Amino acid sequence: MIRRTWIALVTFVLLGANAFAQQAASDGFVPMSSLPPGEELPAARFVVASYAFFLMLMVFYVWTIWKRLAKVEQDMKELGRRQGGATR
Amino acid sequence: MKKLFVPVAAITALMFAYAPIAIANAPYESTMRLVQKIFYFHFPAWMALTVSVTICTVASALYLFKGWAKADRIAVAAAEVTVIFGLFGLVSGSLWGRKAWGVWWQWDARLTMAFLLELIFFGYILVRNYGGPGAEKLAAAMGIFGGATAPFVYKSVDWWRTVHPKTSVMTTLGETSPEMWFVVWFCTFTILLFMGLLLAARIRLEEQRAALDELYLAAED
Repeated sequence: MIRRTWIALVTFVLLGANAFAQQAASDGFVPMSSLPPGEELPAARFVVASYAFFLMLMVFYVWTIWKRLAKVEQDMKELGRRQGGATR
Repeated sequence: MKKLFVPVAAITALMFAYAPIAIANAPYESTMRLVQKIFYFHFPAWMALTVSVTICTVASALYLFKGWAKADRIAVAAAEVTVIFGLFGLVSGSLWGRKAWGVWWQWDARLTMAFLLELIFFGYILVRNYGGPGAEKLAAAMGIFGGATAPFVYKSVDWWRTVHPKTSVMTTLGETSPEMWFVVWFCTFTILLFMGLLLAARIRLEEQRAALDELYLAAED
């Protein structure tokens, strides 16, 4: 048990130290325009992902509003029906 | 309000249909090139958030200090819309940052404050849904504090060192590229109209819920 605790503790400390370690300082910066083509991230996928996320998020949100409205209106009808049945 | 909903929805749909064409035809920004096109929905989303935060704050104050039930319904609707636009703003910003800055996220002043604003309004929704009796007033106080945080988010880029562009970027854009400036404001107006529609639909939901509660109370009597 103690051994396992020690292993867990050492692993945690090592991983934690690694996570918080500072990146090695670089000597300078290379302008984005001078990067070789292979090292540049393609921009199109970020633009597409952004607009696709907007579309999906808004469609999902409109759907949740519609779903909740339908539920409340169904409850209102149900209540009206029950009240009608009780007064008869 | 109900009469306006369908025509405004039709106009918004037409504007949304034209938006991709306008964005595609807008000139490329000289240093960021294609990825800058995220800006055309990123900036409008934050504008929509600013409007919804303002509505939520004013409505929360009216509910808290005047006790207007209608204001509470508007506040909860605006808080939810705020969370939605904030979520898109953070995600689109992160996607843009990955390409422009080389990182998905940076804990600098603007990004951190925007994230905290999102958390405040997410907290508002949680309090409303799980806070139990009296949660409305607690949430209204959160709405006011959220509103008080918003100006700090906006001015953070001017007050502190940050990787995010400054607020003056829109002023200079109008001078340097009127075509880009037009597309930005076209998209902003489109998204503001859409936000208005979402808000109207969400307020309608709250009104129907209130009507249902009254019906239940009447049935119990």
